[in-house]
Amino acid sequence: MATTAITAGDVRGRSGVRAFFERLRSGDEAAHLLTIAFASSVLAITVLIVMELYRASAVSRHALGWAFLYRSTWDPVAGDFGALPFIYGTIVTSILSLAIAVPLGLGAAIFLSELAPPRISDALTFIIELLAAVPSVIYGLLGIFILVPFMRDTAGPALHATLGFLPFFQGPNYGVGILTAAVVLSLMVLPFIVSVSREALLAVPREQREAALALGSTRWESTSRVVVPFARLGILGSLFLALARALGETMAVTMVIGNTPRIAASLFAPGYSIAAVIANEFTEATSDVHLSALIELGLVLFGLTIAINAFARLMILATERKGSKQAP
Amino acid sequence: MILRKLINAVMLTLTALCALATVSVLVFILGYLLWYGGRSLSWSFLTQLPRPLGETGGGMANAILGSAKILLLAAAIGVPVGFMGGVYLAEFGGKTFPFLVRYTADLLNGVPSIVIGLFTYALVVMPMRHFSALAGGIALSMMVIPTTLRTTEQFLRSVPDSLREGALALGTYKWKAIATVVVPAAMRGVLTGTILGVARIAGETAPLLFTSFSNQYWSSGWNRPTASLPVMIFNYAISPYDDWHRQAWAAGLVLLSLMLAANIVTRFVLAPKSARRA
Amino acid sequence: MRIPVLGWVALLLLAGNACFAQVLINGAGATFPYPIYSKWFDEFHKQHPDVQINYQSIGSGGGIRQLEAGTVDFGASDQPMSADMLAKSNVKPLHFPTVLGGDVPVYNVPGVATDLNFTAEALAGVFLGTVKKWNDPEIVNANKGVKLPDADIVVIHRSDGSGTTFIWTDYLSKTSAEWKSKVGAGTAVQWPVGMGAKGNEGVAGLVKQTPNSFGYVELIYAVQNKMAYGKVRNAAGVFMKADLASITAAAAGAAKDMPGDFRVSITNAPGKQAYPVASFTWLLIPPRIEDATKKKYLVEFLHWMLGPGQQMTEALSYAPLPKQVVAKELKAISEIR
Repeated sequence: MATTAITAGDVRGRSGVRAFFERLRSGDEAAHLLTIAFASSVLAITVLIVMELYRASAVSRHALGWAFLYRSTWDPVAGDFGALPFIYGTIVTSILSLAIAVPLGLGAAIFLSELAPPRISDALTFIIELLAAVPSVIYGLLGIFILVPFMRDTAGPALHATLGFLPFFQGPNYGVGILTAAVVLSLMVLPFIVSVSREALLAVPREQREAALALGSTRWESTSRVVVPFARLGILGSLFLALARALGETMAVTMVIGNTPRIAASLFAPGYSIAAVIANEFTEATSDVHLSALIELGLVLFGLTIAINAFARLMILATERKGSKQAP
Repeated sequence: MILRKLINAVMLTLTALCALATVSVLVFILGYLLWYGGRSLSWSFLTQLPRPLGETGGGMANAILGSAKILLLAAAIGVPVGFMGGVYLAEFGGKTFPFLVRYTADLLNGVPSIVIGLFTYALVVMPMRHFSALAGGIALSMMVIPTTLRTTEQFLRSVPDSLREGALALGTYKWKAIATVVVPAAMRGVLTGTILGVARIAGETAPLLFTSFSNQYWSSGWNRPTASLPVMIFNYAISPYDDWHRQAWAAGLVLLSLMLAANIVTRFVLAPKSARRA
Repeated sequence: MRIPVLGWVALLLLAGNACFAQVLINGAGATFPYPIYSKWFDEFHKQHPDVQINYQSIGSGGGIRQLEAGTVDFGASDQPMSADMLAKSNVKPLHFPTVLGGDVPVYNVPGVATDLNFTAEALAGVFLGTVKKWNDPEIVNANKGVKLPDADIVVIHRSDGSGTTFIWTDYLSKTSAEWKSKVGAGTAVQWPVGMGAKGNEGVAGLVKQTPNSFGYVELIYAVQNKMAYGKVRNAAGVFMKADLASITAAAAGAAKDMPGDFRVSITNAPGKQAYPVASFTWLLIPPRIEDATKKKYLVEFLHWMLGPGQQMTEALSYAPLPKQVVAKELKAISEIR
């Protein structure tokens, strides 16, 4: 929506120093500069963060090089650090959480946008969006006292009994671990998936649905064969946004993941995520290399989230463009 | 034909169950907190300081006040910056610079909160040589800025041009037109988004771990370590003391109630007149 | 309508801000002595209402780090800083022993209510991962008559930099050559097996909730949480349970030969009655404190701690310092400028 209004700028068609001073007197220039200043502070902060992270991680970057990204030792005593267990833990818990949350969330979004009566849809959406307001430390509380015992005593043995032939569900089950962290994360990203997918589905032009129904399809057929594919890029974008959120989640994960820098095939095994290790070890990293390695981990996490966010923006942008062109 | 109708019915039910399951998660969380936390909530919890380790009783009054202080500071810094930035993006033009600003605002929004804590530790805590509420407020303000920016821009843009043109046609300067006509028209939406943004960071723990730290006493001024609700919940939850667990639940209830209240109030009382279902 | 409400809120907060202009001294560090420290600081505050000592237990490593960064006024650690660390340090803090405590092996074995005996080999084996099950001969042979299950041992250690870990690994390094070469002693080591929990509180909490688990915590944490803890075989071959008497006995030898800077390790101490995994714990005070008020109160606290403070230790299962050590410390306080 371009601002094609007749602005004061059009009125001041004449350029030059005289016009500049007129603008200055009228206060417009001051307003312009003031708002530019604030806007650039946003730029400045982000740039500063990246710079500071880069600078403060210099010690470990020089000492450990690129190998930092694929080595598995984490030995503060010897000053030897490798990021792989944390990258593994972060990515696996996040992807697993999506695997749990996406079917549930997408199903709910479809119901709320397509199949439910408007009143019920609005009420339920309101409640689901409230879920997004629950702070992460409260998910952590529930994780420790409800989910961990449940995973240890009920869900874990059940999974082991039914799916124990897969390497994912073998090995000892302590309640805390990768799977529990993934479940907590899935609860946290669920509201995002529901609300953004619902928006994407609602953005599909009415004509598409009506055309499908006019051709004799059932509501489900119209939804699954026309609407959802039309909105698929937006839905995909919502997934990436949820993924980015899950990657950076700290508190709830720290409380249930088991705090062990190890890579294991079993989902019952305790693990570690980048955000969790920074939270646990930052205040006490005694050696410079240790501190710098933790900051380098922060840089890695930041890089991951930037990449995923950029991807998501592209997806959502593509849907908006498609919606306006009205081409399937 | 019957098969298709059957599939239709089945899928309707399935997706309804998905929606129900999602909703029941919130109901479950709320219910559990109300039950478990409600039993431990008492007047003394809200007004007393924490007792030393091993002694039962005491409360989190300092954490409640501390959280309020830090939030106030975060809002005082973050909201004006985000608001003015949003005004710039919506009212003043350009191609590349606004694009850059929007992009970096999105980046900032995506920065993991623990990384913001790291950054604030290096930038504020270390030069100041102590943990402080100031550092905590600065860290949280960085999380308020992107949401306020986006909300402000969105709602300012939704104000129809006719209002702007009308004001300008009557001879006001541009900045006056913005301040007295456009902004008030968008105020409801902006306020909603801002309050929701501030409420969201009320529950943030990670940035406060290394900035405002924690404190068993009241913290006067802005230069002292300050207790906050989320950090206290975290510390108490991972401890082995049942009494501390009780208090963590009660604190969780307090925190959640405040956040839900903010959300519900803004959505109902300040409901922006934006478009509903298409 | 909204603005006046916000205004009142802001006013209230600002008013609350100004009311409490007391002296605040910040400290951080070991979780090992946190129970007694929090009691001490609370009592001291009651007697000196204008001083608040805010102590956060973030682990010994954290205490040292934050003291170095200057973000706290004093630190606390169960690991005395090594000569290396002191050389590199900008602060070069003075070490003041405060109490004696001990690390105990805690476990949660359903069905076992008695105290289990552990040899040094058993302990090293469990934490190295070579002793995997509760009914391993290493454990069974020391516990004749106790029915131990055929279950995997869930090892739990510290995830943060911890003096408690240092005491434990120091003991293991002294008694097991394999441990010393494979892992070594330190506040944060590369654990061969096990899960990490944050702080003594975290380890105790996790052991309590996890069946068949095995961890190590400071004595008071086991006592306060009514957890089962075992006996450890000392250098003289006797299985000793940690208590005030056995911990005090461990310090008896060191008290006589206490070095001037009070940095000493008493794990695996000789003596029939000595508990082998005992340790002093220290407050780390900078030798030069610029703020005169803070210095005055810190010095006063140290005096109080060495006097009335020592009377409070036994109630919380810490052993008071030997008298020779107290005398030496009182003299050392004058080194704080």
